Amino acid sequence: MKDGLATPLAGPGPLIDVHAHFYQQGSGRASWRELNASRLAAGDRIGISWHVGSILGSWGATSPTYFQSPDDTVSGNDAMLKVQESERSRVRAWAAVNPNDTDFALRELERCRRRGAIGIKLAAARRATDALLDPLMQYAGEHHLPVLHHAWQRRPAAAAGQDPSDALDLCHLAGRHPQVAIVLAHIGGGGDWSHTLAAVRDVPNVYLDLSGSGADRGMLDQALDAVGAARLVWGADLTLETGLAKLWALDVIGVTPADRERVRWRNAASLFPPGSFPGLSA
Amino acid sequence: MAERRQPVPARLIPRAFRMSHATVDVSALIGPYPFRELPHPDPGTLISVLDREEIPRAWVGHLPTAFHRDPRKGNESLYRDLVPHRSRLDPAPTVRPDWPSWEKELARAVDEGAAAIRAYPAHWGLGPEHPSLVDLARACSKNGLPLLFTVRFEDSRQRHAIDVAGDLPAATVRGVARAGTQARIVVVAASRAMIEEIHWGLTPSERELVWYDTSWIWGPPEDDFAHLLRAMGAARFVYGSGWPTRLAQVTRANLTLLPPDLSGARLADPTAWKPY
Repeated sequence: MKDGLATPLAGPGPLIDVHAHFYQQGSGRASWRELNASRLAAGDRIGISWHVGSILGSWGATSPTYFQSPDDTVSGNDAMLKVQESERSRVRAWAAVNPNDTDFALRELERCRRRGAIGIKLAAARRATDALLDPLMQYAGEHHLPVLHHAWQRRPAAAAGQDPSDALDLCHLAGRHPQVAIVLAHIGGGGDWSHTLAAVRDVPNVYLDLSGSGADRGMLDQALDAVGAARLVWGADLTLETGLAKLWALDVIGVTPADRERVRWRNAASLFPPGSFPGLSA
Repeated sequence: MAERRQPVPARLIPRAFRMSHATVDVSALIGPYPFRELPHPDPGTLISVLDREEIPRAWVGHLPTAFHRDPRKGNESLYRDLVPHRSRLDPAPTVRPDWPSWEKELARAVDEGAAAIRAYPAHWGLGPEHPSLVDLARACSKNGLPLLFTVRFEDSRQRHAIDVAGDLPAATVRGVARAGTQARIVVVAASRAMIEEIHWGLTPSERELVWYDTSWIWGPPEDDFAHLLRAMGAARFVYGSGWPTRLAQVTRANLTLLPPDLSGARLADPTAWKPY
């Protein structure tokens, strides 16, 4: 919570949103500045200490969101790093890449890491079972970078506009790279989260982010039962109100104060390179 | 005949009033859901949720009945289960207008002191222009009962393979709203696109008889809720949680996160609808 503001809506203490998105001028949305400002303003009211964000290329304006061209990849990451630079006290950046251009993706990861990106965002340009992801995962392991991977819980065989991965695909990836922390994106973001919970229960390097517009009752209880508080990380994605509601719900379902801290920030802080969040130490 | 609505204790009318003047949760349900486990979807827990959210009362439907062919037995369960809680919970039974003797089911709802009537056209295979929906709306209007349509119970991307009804089409709501029955229509679990498609697809006078609950509208950073309040007016919205399928805290979060110019937004008060 920033100085001078009232008690945070989510209660006191650090709070890291591991799944934030920002927009840029080339996003195809005239209101891109207002969207970014709205996220930060609502984040301050909620009490978000750090937004870890990404920009997926042009968000479809000049190449598909999930199949970004190299130019859009650079443009999106540059814009995200610019947000990080202008909001040093509350924003950190994921480097988002399309693994289909492997050499380019590796160069882009290195460029972004050197400019301060603290993790890798992979979306749905290639399924997680594909060996094309392996060089990027090796890079993640060498630099202690977590990977936030888009997921469609229990994916369909085919989906328009993306080659989505589900928990089974991500567990395959996690098994190939056990030294890399993989954050399975938005269990409330679409698809059958109960399938995800069953799949990841025994895969220790897969973490679940709670984000997404889905706010099903029972989802949090069952996620805690499946992986425990040690592998849950908080996030909001596109809907901060459902993120806030989930934090309030954690209190209602009887999560201990220590576990609440883990979900709010300690787990996240432990996944990223040391020093990623000044003032916070897992 | 069940006891009619009783006054709500004054201690139960505070924070929500300050925030939204919410008097009733229009979209609560009780009972199990066929496709996943719900934590304690019972009336006693609902009372606790209303206390926590500081909402005086709720219109309560019976979740399993949405999936029954004949709603009669489910309605009986609803009336029975709510008897100990009638000071806070008002039945919102289901009436299926293409089913034999549906008028008797509606008459029983009136006798039981129902606050609203629920209908599930998509689950019953009733398309947007099915004439029985207009008959039901006319009968609801005659009896002073709002007609409540549910768009969905959960995200379409997670549904069970046998849960094939699909989301309620906006055209169904427009069709009933355009029929001139004077029925009050409440649409629950709609998001921005559907709300706008209905609202701007009606004449000004038709719009005045359609309300939308707050349970499934996005807040910041997209700020769909703020946009809709500004464009349509807060009076077109009613407080709804979607409990027990959805976290009741979402609506509170949405209201709390409204930007400063909307912080005093006053939602519609369904308890003021005559002959409530």
